[in-house]
Amino acid sequence: MNHLLPWRVAAWALGVVPLAFAVKWTFQSLLGPNPVEFLEHYTGDWTLRLLLTTLAMTPLRKVTRLSEPIRVRRILGLWTYAFLCLHFSIYLVFDLGLSVAQLGADLVKRTYITLGFSAWLMLLPLAITSTNAWQRRLKRRWVTLHQLIYPAAILGCTHYYWLVKADTREPLIYLAILLALLAFRVQSVGISLRRRREQPPAVRVQIETMSASTSSERP
Amino acid sequence: MLIKIAHSHPIRPSEITPESVYHGRRRFLLQIGAAAASVTLGGCEPPESGAVANTALASLKVTKKTELAGGENVTAYEDITHYNNFYEFGTTKEAPARNAGRLRTRPWSVVVDGECEAPGHVDLDELINPQVLEERIYRHRCVERWSMVAPWLGVPLAPVLRRFKPTSNAKYVAFYTLFDPRQMPETGRGVLNWPYREGLRIDEAMHPLAFLSVGLYGRVLPNQNGAPLRLTVPWKYGFKSIKSIVQITFTQWQPETSWNQLGPQEYGFYSNVNPAVDHPRWSQARERRLGELVMRKTLMFNGYPEVASLYSAMDLSTFF
Ligand code: HEM
Repeated sequence: MNHLLPWRVAAWALGVVPLAFAVKWTFQSLLGPNPVEFLEHYTGDWTLRLLLTTLAMTPLRKVTRLSEPIRVRRILGLWTYAFLCLHFSIYLVFDLGLSVAQLGADLVKRTYITLGFSAWLMLLPLAITSTNAWQRRLKRRWVTLHQLIYPAAILGCTHYYWLVKADTREPLIYLAILLALLAFRVQSVGISLRRRREQPPAVRVQIETMSASTSSERP
Repeated sequence: MLIKIAHSHPIRPSEITPESVYHGRRRFLLQIGAAAASVTLGGCEPPESGAVANTALASLKVTKKTELAGGENVTAYEDITHYNNFYEFGTTKEAPARNAGRLRTRPWSVVVDGECEAPGHVDLDELINPQVLEERIYRHRCVERWSMVAPWLGVPLAPVLRRFKPTSNAKYVAFYTLFDPRQMPETGRGVLNWPYREGLRIDEAMHPLAFLSVGLYGRVLPNQNGAPLRLTVPWKYGFKSIKSIVQITFTQWQPETSWNQLGPQEYGFYSNVNPAVDHPRWSQARERRLGELVMRKTLMFNGYPEVASLYSAMDLSTFF
């Protein structure tokens, strides 16, 4: 528990601190000439940063052999979704004036909106089933369901790339980080599959119980 | 081909008085209706500040004022000068205000050449007599869906062009921005095809609404707004209004334009403000005025229907 505390504080800070700044700047009217655009971009940027941080936890555990990254993953994931909902709400209220008809039109015609919205839809069941109760109820299917974060991250990054006018440096940096994280995933899945095939049954059981004991919440 | 400027009316003194009127630094909260917030913060409200145009810039004499934005509020000086697209000084909205200080705007001369009888290389003060400037309040609509209303100082474009006696071959006019990597370090990254270039068909350029600006809010143009000389064509998307002009060329053929070269399907040569023709990636039906929260409807030709006759025989979804 003592080891976990700094991790939990850090994970909460990653959500609370940017949110606190947004509130502070809003009240101080420091959002610049186009406050709606500022908040739309700010929440979009933080959604992406938090999403990539969440995704980095599994590789981080593999590299450090610590279990803490996995145990703060849920906090990070829920903050990601909180920022995403803020991002979506700003668009719904100020860009669309809460018009459902216009949302429909945008979803059909604007690819970057279609991509972002699909990512939001994919992450919705993950937020709902993030509780321990749901995790127990879904058992192995929970793990499968939560793999949705990968396509959602790809959609989110592509959404950003799509809406930039000319200077694509930033979205490409995020995309590169995502690809690196995905490459790590693919590679480690490959390794564990190969291990499974190569190892005699007795050892395999041992490995599985080992990994089960180091992490209560698998991928 | 003299087209009357439709809704010009003399400007009331109240409309041109201090910019502070338009400065709602707290308007985001006010508009959101955060009454509770206002009450709790009421006691510690800072005084309005920074409400005047940059007084370091020389003020200019104005001989005539025309309000051409349907009586709408002029956007705050602070906003007009700190929310700019000027990629030579960086691709964010804040970068030009930060970086454009490097630009040397004096001495400044302009080359005028191409299909004309009297080409020349003229000093700015010779090109535009600082004694006979007029003020025009125009709407400005960016292709990115934000807009503003700005009081420009300058002269109509047509008489300036006529001085150089364009020939009958002059079907278009091309404009070029200064390209000097020492003053514009961001050009090193080559986001656009430098020098930035724009163009108008000759009848567009000769339209009485087409304007050359040298000032803003009663003073010399701030560098980030295109000092010392910029085009102002209010019925077209903002990127047509090229900044910091060093060359004007009359041409027989339609000139290349920077944004069109980058994305021909997204940015046409004409780029008239048109709510019915969408940008391939976003709708152009609405826009957000700087200082407002909810979007408003975009007007055809940005609310300048008097230019419609220039395009009467054209399909505007093909020639976007
Ligand atoms: C995982 C999902 C999403 C991520 C990671 C994401 C991320 C981003 C990012 C990084 C930006 C640009 C910020 C900047 O320029 O600094 C952005 C802009 C934007 N996003 Fe999202 N977004 C997501 C979902 C959505 C959804 C669901 C919607 C609405 C249906 C949406 C609508 C927008 C809009 C309207 C903009 C501004 C576009 C503009 O400036 O023209 N996004 N988003």
